[in-house]
Amino acid sequence: MLDRVALVTGASRGIGRAIALHLAAAGHPVAVNYRSRSDAADEVVATISAGGGRATAVAADVGDADAVTEMVDEIGETLGSISILVNNAGITDDDLLLRMKPGAWDRVIQTNLSSAYLCSRAVLRGMLKARWGRIINITSVSGLSGNPGQANYAAAKAGLVGLTKSVAKEVGSRGITANAVAPGFIETDMTDQLGEAVRESALPAIAVGRFGTPEEVASAVGYLASEAAGYVTGQVLVVDGGLAF
Amino acid sequence: MDRAEVEAKMTELLVDELGLDRDKITMSATFEEDLEVDSLGVVELLMALEDNFGVAIPDEEAEAIGTVGQAVDVVMEKLGG
Repeated sequence: MLDRVALVTGASRGIGRAIALHLAAAGHPVAVNYRSRSDAADEVVATISAGGGRATAVAADVGDADAVTEMVDEIGETLGSISILVNNAGITDDDLLLRMKPGAWDRVIQTNLSSAYLCSRAVLRGMLKARWGRIINITSVSGLSGNPGQANYAAAKAGLVGLTKSVAKEVGSRGITANAVAPGFIETDMTDQLGEAVRESALPAIAVGRFGTPEEVASAVGYLASEAAGYVTGQVLVVDGGLAF
Repeated sequence: MDRAEVEAKMTELLVDELGLDRDKITMSATFEEDLEVDSLGVVELLMALEDNFGVAIPDEEAEAIGTVGQAVDVVMEKLGG
């Protein structure tokens, strides 16, 4: 069981990095996907190796169908067939809808939503044969509640919820589960860009009274990836410290 | 590979990879009704045929497969036999 291979997309930084480290600590060989930051991805691999785990860095733009196919083939050769897929890769390109350029819309939908479709399709064949699999999509409270300035991001994240629930119904009979994790305000480079005023104004709405850590999201993913979560599918696990929205 | 060999191998993979009941598998058995294979099961069947016989079956040809015998026909044709 512990040699079940995991692929985490967008794993060089932030929440993806924490998920990769968490799954590696649980004994899984981990493919650390990244698009541009090879130094950061190498650091994640080195950290896992130093802890006695197995990992490999794989470069791919997960919004590109051919790149995804190549990546999954490469992982199959180096680590083995993928049993756990964490669709985490995500970007923001915020603007009010009235000013949002088509490019900003398309890019965010492609990277945050189409990527999950492409990666899920690419790994399902192996999961079907193994009669075991875990697909975990990292969505966001933005996708559940909406957020001004994030119509593209929220639409992509809401789309992930529909994707998750549909895949769960398609493959549930084959031992494969699909779930989503919806983080709230988490301490990452992405939320660092929010600015102090926005961060301060968000705090009163959070019951726990602080931003979450990437590790707190990773442990929720770890549960959904585990044997113990075999009867949980099609769900959205919100990890937001009790955010009022 | 002659037809008897393809039929035997087909039966094996239906039992081993799709988990079907060996007693129900005949060449005239329909996948959907007699063998109760669902739509995902049909996809799995095509995957199994690709893996075990090394043949790729396009969707439009796959849609015409209704019985085990027809699946054998398609594989035989692809194998050039």
